[in-house]
Amino acid sequence: MDILKKSFKKSIWVFHLSTAACNNCDIEVLELLTPRYDIERFGMKLVGSPRHADALLVCGAVSAHAKPRLLEVYRQTPKPCLVVLFGSCACSSGIFRDSYSIVGPVDKILKKEDPDVKIVYIPGCPPKPEAMIEGIVMGLGAL
Amino acid sequence: MGSVMSDLKNALGKNILDIARPRDNRIYLKVKPEDIPSVIKYLFFDYKCKFSTATGMDMREGIEIIYHFAREDKKMLINVKTLLPYPHPSIESIGKDIPAFDWIERELNEMLGVEFRGHPDMRRLLLADSFPPGKYPLRKDFQNSDVNDEDYDYEKSGL
Amino acid sequence: MKRTIVPLGPYHPLLEEPEHFKLYVEGERVMEVDVEIGYNHRGIEKLSESKTWDQVPYLVERICGICSTSHPFAYCLAVEDLLGCKIPERAELIRVVVAELERIHSHLLWLGLAGHFIGYNTVWMWAWKYRETILEICEKLTGNRNHYAMFKPGGIRRDFNDEQIEYGLNRIEELVKPLTMLTNAILDDPVIHKRLKGIGILSYEDAVLYSALGPTSRASGVPWDTRWDEPLAGFKDLDWKVITQENGDVFAKTVVRLLECFESVSLIKQGLEKMVEGPIDARIKEVPPGEGCGRYEAPRGEVIHYVRSDGSNMPYRHKIRAPTFNNLPTFKVSCVGETIADVALITASIDPCYCCTERVGVVDECGNEKILREDDLIRLSVEKTEQIIKDLGKVPTLYSKEI
Repeated sequence: MDILKKSFKKSIWVFHLSTAACNNCDIEVLELLTPRYDIERFGMKLVGSPRHADALLVCGAVSAHAKPRLLEVYRQTPKPCLVVLFGSCACSSGIFRDSYSIVGPVDKILKKEDPDVKIVYIPGCPPKPEAMIEGIVMGLGAL
Repeated sequence: MGSVMSDLKNALGKNILDIARPRDNRIYLKVKPEDIPSVIKYLFFDYKCKFSTATGMDMREGIEIIYHFAREDKKMLINVKTLLPYPHPSIESIGKDIPAFDWIERELNEMLGVEFRGHPDMRRLLLADSFPPGKYPLRKDFQNSDVNDEDYDYEKSGL
Repeated sequence: MKRTIVPLGPYHPLLEEPEHFKLYVEGERVMEVDVEIGYNHRGIEKLSESKTWDQVPYLVERICGICSTSHPFAYCLAVEDLLGCKIPERAELIRVVVAELERIHSHLLWLGLAGHFIGYNTVWMWAWKYRETILEICEKLTGNRNHYAMFKPGGIRRDFNDEQIEYGLNRIEELVKPLTMLTNAILDDPVIHKRLKGIGILSYEDAVLYSALGPTSRASGVPWDTRWDEPLAGFKDLDWKVITQENGDVFAKTVVRLLECFESVSLIKQGLEKMVEGPIDARIKEVPPGEGCGRYEAPRGEVIHYVRSDGSNMPYRHKIRAPTFNNLPTFKVSCVGETIADVALITASIDPCYCCTERVGVVDECGNEKILREDDLIRLSVEKTEQIIKDLGKVPTLYSKEI
């Protein structure tokens, strides 16, 4: 396990999914790849499949349509994995909390599926890219 | 600008129940549900209006549908209203002839329970397949808290 | 020929909202497209009926992170239409400036992603680098990079001071040179010409029949621009023109968006220079029973909001129609007959919230399933670009395969 933890802390690969977000957070995530923030200098990279990912980056409150897909993606991600909730909607469903179509914040859903899930919360609407870099670094430190 | 009013009155005069122009660039027409296809086809094809969208609204006596048309060169927004009485709000589908109406009719069908007669493809558009059938979120007797996580039937979500 | 189904979606690592496309293909050619949306359905119209008139702008801002000015703009226009009130001139000009800043950053965002789809990561990085300038101006002027919370029915919430106006003028001037360079580089590039011209054509007739909006319709020669047609929106005294193109292909849509960026720069400069002194709020006290429509040209096309009031402090009904709702069904004509390699590009060309995703499964009629990942679809697209480069015989300077 130690070697797993040690290797996990270097150059994590991130799978990004949006579950009924306003896509502002999603754009800020992509912003991280561009020359201004250039997150790849830390070895972080967005990947195209959850099976390659060390961390899941979830944006948005979860709609009923997206919930089964979120759980499926979480099951496909190799463990241990870090779940990063980016933005107020992902952390608490935010302004959409009362809606009939929203079935709850991401952490509630994932904790039902896996009680040991490791979650990092980055609130903000949207959080600045710097906040996300710091959030992931803090999350890795806490593992 | 007044010419839009007279154009509409000349062409549709016998179909119009009521016409109002509260602002310079807004016209509200009221027509009967059975006249809707001919009025809309006149506005879309002959009067060259852009179809913006349709609004469905739960009034107490029925569902009111407002079709919004924009005549861009005259800087005019033409709204065509009609009232579909309860308990079975139903109207002729326009989407089968004009593709621009296809999606909005699907949306009105799932959100307000309006039947569009003759629509070729009345699947759900925005609501999840797992949403409980027979509930219409935009009706006034529906509260946000009426449908929660446990009311969704995730077996039907298509995964 | 055998007809097979290629599902695209719904999750994707690259861009905004999840959407699911079903492509019915014969060999390489797409014969039919079916779109499934609703993953992002949050019931905003229903939520809006439980918010007060002043709270609704915060809600509609969060419909879309990129059009986060257009929706409050249209909503405020709808309430003002209901009341028949006129807002102060300074507030109108500030609205124009914020809305046009948003248009530039949205168009640059689209340009970068379109570049990425055809394998031009240089274009992606460049466009997003210059977009960052806009976000900095937004942060300085409004206090946040997106979701500005500047709008309220009857005016705006925060005023600009002289320092902010000067900062805005200086920084926007800075942008003109790189924007010109980027435009020339893209319009001169032979591979981009070959790759984008004649792809995904939406004819004038189809654009009208589907009531396509914004750059999608203007690229097909339909000169619909709500900013021009709605005299309320504060654009009437400013000097600008509507950009149209005739061909309706992806290249025409690119040209429309690039040239619109320059119009927006000019509008922002005029707005900031003309800024008059005065109040910023018409101070609406209450909303009487009635109805109103507000229309505004978002970066992707016309946004329309309809509000009905019954005299209480909340809307009785609030209808919202975003431009992609009208633009998405045009895939049914623009994708047909194209190759799978082009579909990612065509669907991106209307600037929806799309890219393909988690996985693409190809099911053939024998029931064998082959899972393609999202990378594979972009790979197909990149391979086509490389083939064109090979045919041309030289590598253009703009092209680079790796980031």
